[in-house]
Amino acid sequence: MSAIIEELDPERRDVELPTDAAPAPDTERPRRVIRSRRPGGPNTRKPGDWLVLAVAVVLGFFIAVPFLLILVNSFKSPADYNTSGPLTLPTEFYFDGIVAFWERVNFPEKLWNSVFISGLVAVFAVLISMFNAFALGIGRVKGRLWIVVLILLANMLPQEVLLYPLYFMFKEAGLYDSQWAVIIIFTVIQSAFGTYLLASVYSTFPRELLEAASLDGASRWQILWRVVYPISRPTLSVLLIFFFIWTWNEFLIPLTFLVSNATQTVPVAITVLQGDRLMDVTTTSASALLGLIPTLVFFLIFQRTLTRGITAGAVK
Amino acid sequence: MSALDTRAATTIEATDAAGGGRRSRRRPAGTEDGLIPGARRSTYWLYLVPGLALLAVIVVVPLVWNVYLTFTEYRGIRPPEWIGLENWVELMGDRVFWTSFGNSIAMILAMVIVPTLLGLLLAAMLFDLIGRKFGGKLASFLRATYYLPQILPAVIAAIVIGWILRPQNGALNQVLEAIGLGELQHNWLGSPDTALPSLMVIMVWVQLGYPIVIFMAALQRVDPELYEAAELDGANWFQRFRAITLGMIRPEIFVVTLTCTIAALKVFGPVYALTGGGPGTSTIVPAYYAYSEFFQSQQVGYGATIATALTVVIAAVSVLFILAQHRMEKKEAER
Repeated sequence: MSAIIEELDPERRDVELPTDAAPAPDTERPRRVIRSRRPGGPNTRKPGDWLVLAVAVVLGFFIAVPFLLILVNSFKSPADYNTSGPLTLPTEFYFDGIVAFWERVNFPEKLWNSVFISGLVAVFAVLISMFNAFALGIGRVKGRLWIVVLILLANMLPQEVLLYPLYFMFKEAGLYDSQWAVIIIFTVIQSAFGTYLLASVYSTFPRELLEAASLDGASRWQILWRVVYPISRPTLSVLLIFFFIWTWNEFLIPLTFLVSNATQTVPVAITVLQGDRLMDVTTTSASALLGLIPTLVFFLIFQRTLTRGITAGAVK
Repeated sequence: MSALDTRAATTIEATDAAGGGRRSRRRPAGTEDGLIPGARRSTYWLYLVPGLALLAVIVVVPLVWNVYLTFTEYRGIRPPEWIGLENWVELMGDRVFWTSFGNSIAMILAMVIVPTLLGLLLAAMLFDLIGRKFGGKLASFLRATYYLPQILPAVIAAIVIGWILRPQNGALNQVLEAIGLGELQHNWLGSPDTALPSLMVIMVWVQLGYPIVIFMAALQRVDPELYEAAELDGANWFQRFRAITLGMIRPEIFVVTLTCTIAALKVFGPVYALTGGGPGTSTIVPAYYAYSEFFQSQQVGYGATIATALTVVIAAVSVLFILAQHRMEKKEAER
């Protein structure tokens, strides 16, 4: 958000670099001393440090416990659960809960729906973001500031405020209960964020490259695809992944627009079945397990990209 | 709504990434030209056409339409009938509406205040104590553990905890019974006295990893020698925390509190999945109230009014935050 302000007020840009550190103690003098006997390091672990570590580990355990409970109990039969409770390992592996839920929601279909919607949204939204940012960041069209503000609005609004008109419009257009409605809506919402991010990245694009390409007679369209696109590909791929996961996790709009079973996404299908007659205690656990596995898998696959994204700004 | 997931996290990267570029940005004389020489700027508009056209259809038109609906009585069948400010007057006197905003305050406590404070403490602990004395690997591992609930869709996270809180045979009640505290067994999400607190605990669990990850990333900007020097000068942990940590990561604190506050005001999925606003109206939030007016009561005009009021509140909060941050940074710059 702070970037918005900077966008609005370019004069302030230089002021807020993080060099204005804290009330910095005089680091010049003791530096040599520090090097020779660093106060950190394993040799100086005090009892208090172990206590802090213990607190941190216990907290981590409490945060992880729900996941472990879900994992353990998804493979129990309800009878097993009732006799031995939630904390023990299953006496024998019981797959009926998972299988029953898998078949009841037709899980592969829901997975495919989610992949289809999230994948298309990610690609379309990156494309639109790139076009917008090309005009705003590199083309610097007039009034770009207001366009950026307008675009950001799309990302900040509570979706409820768009819900009924969109519902009505898509119904009229015959796209209600169609995945295309969800794809179109999220393309706009995600590309709003992408435009905001990319426009500021592109506004610092190396001018020499663009000038050289232009001297070589490249048209603007060619410059976009042969110079700007390849150079910004790392940023674009981070956006692609984030758009995919955000769209995957969305709930309100898919819930409203995808009413029939065959079109629903994974989170919607799992949520609407909670409290269903079929859902005994371990089947409910299995449903939660099936809901969390895909995102866990993405996290493991894209972990590097995600952490790189999160810490990208911090290395400087 | 899972707006709190990584979306907000990326805002920070965006801010940072942009910041990195900005530093190296040269502002040549002809700033008002595009970066490609010789091309007229106006023709760039072609590239904005698809994006802006979609934005107009999907955001601008529905937004205006929604505001129009707030002045109508509309049940989704016969055309909307203009009733002026009646919805707004009704809204101001609507106890359920005020309850829903009261619950939003509870959500802000659970999704902003507690996670930010705890997150600050934990991030500083992981970074400057555990990371330094027990190794970065352990610190990263703990950070990843804290972050785990954040990667799930918010509804799924809610279902995970909801399962533990099941009334008859939920894990929590079973455990209570097993350790002889059977009389503490409770229908956690189903009784008016514990439904909201339970929901709040769930949201703290969901939310905590986000500030930790952001703050730890921010802390990497800090020169470790700063801590070491302060430690040599006899500053205790808390003094170092206050003087160095808080000072350094203030921009991130602002971003985290703003994005989390917006997310807390918008929260919908967990309420839908766990309580449906109940029992009674004890866990109703504005987003859920609007949804139920739209699709359960078919009071579209009134639902639109709730949604619009929520938007106004979110916009006001954002503006206030950004102004406060602006003022603070200005003061900083003057020092």
